[in-house]
Amino acid sequence: MARRDVEDLHLRGLTKQFGDVVAVDHLDLTIPAGSFFALLGASGCGKTTTLRMIAGLEDPSGGTIHIGPRDVTSLRAFERPVNTVFQSYALFPHLDIFENIAFGLRRRKVKDVTAPVEAMLELVELAPLARRKPSQLSGGQQQRVALARALINEPDVLLLDEPLGALDLKLRRQMQIELKRIQHDVGTTFVHVTHDQEEAMTMADTVAVMNDGRIEQLGHPADIYETPKTVFVANFLGQANLILGAKAGESANFISVSAQGHTFDIPRMRSATSGDSIIVGVRPEKITVVDDVAGAHVPDHVVRVRGKVTDVSYAGVSTQYVVRASWGQELICFEQNIKVGDRCSVGDDVILHWAPEHTFGLDGSQGLHAGTSHGAAHVNEVNLDLSREG
Amino acid sequence: MVAVVPTTGNAAPAATAQRRARTAYFLMGPGLLWLAVFFAIPFVTLFLTSLQVPVPGKPGQYMPGFALGNYPSALAEYWPQLVRSFVFSGIATVLALVLAYPLAYFIAFRGGRWKPLLLVLVIAPSFASFLLRTYAWKTILADEGPVTSTLNALHLLPEGRILNTSIAVIAGLTYNFLPFMLLPLFAAIDKIDPRLVEAAGDLYASPITAFRKVTWPLSLPGVVAGTLLTFIPASGDYINAQLLGSPNDRMIGNVIQANFIQFRNYPTASALSFALMAIILLLVFGYIRRAGTEDLV
Repeated sequence: MARRDVEDLHLRGLTKQFGDVVAVDHLDLTIPAGSFFALLGASGCGKTTTLRMIAGLEDPSGGTIHIGPRDVTSLRAFERPVNTVFQSYALFPHLDIFENIAFGLRRRKVKDVTAPVEAMLELVELAPLARRKPSQLSGGQQQRVALARALINEPDVLLLDEPLGALDLKLRRQMQIELKRIQHDVGTTFVHVTHDQEEAMTMADTVAVMNDGRIEQLGHPADIYETPKTVFVANFLGQANLILGAKAGESANFISVSAQGHTFDIPRMRSATSGDSIIVGVRPEKITVVDDVAGAHVPDHVVRVRGKVTDVSYAGVSTQYVVRASWGQELICFEQNIKVGDRCSVGDDVILHWAPEHTFGLDGSQGLHAGTSHGAAHVNEVNLDLSREG
Repeated sequence: MVAVVPTTGNAAPAATAQRRARTAYFLMGPGLLWLAVFFAIPFVTLFLTSLQVPVPGKPGQYMPGFALGNYPSALAEYWPQLVRSFVFSGIATVLALVLAYPLAYFIAFRGGRWKPLLLVLVIAPSFASFLLRTYAWKTILADEGPVTSTLNALHLLPEGRILNTSIAVIAGLTYNFLPFMLLPLFAAIDKIDPRLVEAAGDLYASPITAFRKVTWPLSLPGVVAGTLLTFIPASGDYINAQLLGSPNDRMIGNVIQANFIQFRNYPTASALSFALMAIILLLVFGYIRRAGTEDLV
């Protein structure tokens, strides 16, 4: 399949209300043609509703959807140049794989379906199974049929609703790579809905983090991860150590924040606020843990925090430490297992240090908990000892 | 299905399998006994009766024989009633399907929390006896009744009446067997994942095409089961024809009943019963083949 001219997808003021509940709240979004776009959020954040409105399976309460210059808001699902890979796959159980894939072409009265269907079967590597029924296929194979059935129609936009949710971890990783390859080959705009932050980051060129019917932050995965703009994003996308403080001074490039008896310098570019109340944030893998002994090697010009190790979990490539900082807050640190010799163990006094360039700043008025309902995120706050669940 | 059996040595599983086989026979026993006493033995008796010959000089008495000629002569004599039975029950089956399908579809897809109540309402008339309900139809369709007078006022009845016509018999059959059509249809449609219909819409199928290509084929097992459960008993029914029809609307069931009870012509009645069974069996086989539902049973 050759790359085709595809068009940008524009959502303007898109809103969906179910009774009193606002599922999607005035969403403004442009998804560039040919991009792999991920809508990331916890369940109930409105991401699937957004997807269903784009597909035409749900009527918006307000706002418009354009594909290029064309307003498709009032078109019904079968009239839109959009196809969906459903979470449940929704393969037709009475049709074989070939007919499932040919379904869209036949509805559009395409004369010869054999060649395109066979090409699609090749693309998803299922050619030998063309005459099987969906129930005779494994989950991963069914997933690929669902993808082929949607892709064969060469839609302007392909919607993927948690397409890998039902697969086991290993297969999921494999399909992530596969999906990226296919997206690269066909050049169609992919809009991928997921609650798995790792999946969103590995696959998409642009990630939009959704919360409560709104987009919290949108951008390249690395940018969002490195410089989250809200506590929700910091906690939802990976893990974050957040320390509440107050502005103590400013220089040309840095904002100084005084928190828990320490002074943290945040690069001005990495702070979402220059107000008085600032949350100091740092990602766990940026922190280096060293034993607090005489002659411990700590480089110059780094942020230093003293603490005591309260938990060590070894995970092969890395070790996760939970360290109770001098002011009582538990901080999380990831160390790659590249050091020769013993690791720190529970009860050790340690020094945590990281380069100030890795610190980020958030508006202090939002509290430290947003986004922590997600399994992978942790709450780290003074006097709140719930950091080790999750 | 699969029980967890501790595999200690080779002898144990074999013994278990044997024990399980015994249990299976034990469980099937009552059913097999029932079938033998109330189906197999009457079946053979019926067949033997259908071949009996009259005792010379004693009308109404028969003795064992091998008169295969009973069949052609019975069929020749009652051919019109036999054909009429299949025509009437065929029309009633189609009508029941047309009436029940939208109803089953509505209950399954739109019923929501009212589903159980709606189903009970469908079955509720069956709480009254079959005979009673058919008698009720006699009143409803009576010449001076509201239905007939309304339709007559609109000049819609060529014969001027409904009772004692074919229309009444077919209407009665349709009404009486409607639940047997509706329940299998409901069971089949209720099983259809509405997301499949949604997926069809996503793949450029208009609502009508989505019905034709997804909902209808997936409901076929229910259609086949429902039509069989309606057609088979309706073909042998005699109550509706007797109560609602004229002598010109007699079905094969009436003939068999008359031959057994009134004329005491047991061989003819048996031959007709047997022929009816054989014809229905052939029709059903042909039908299932055409419907192509190998996963029906």
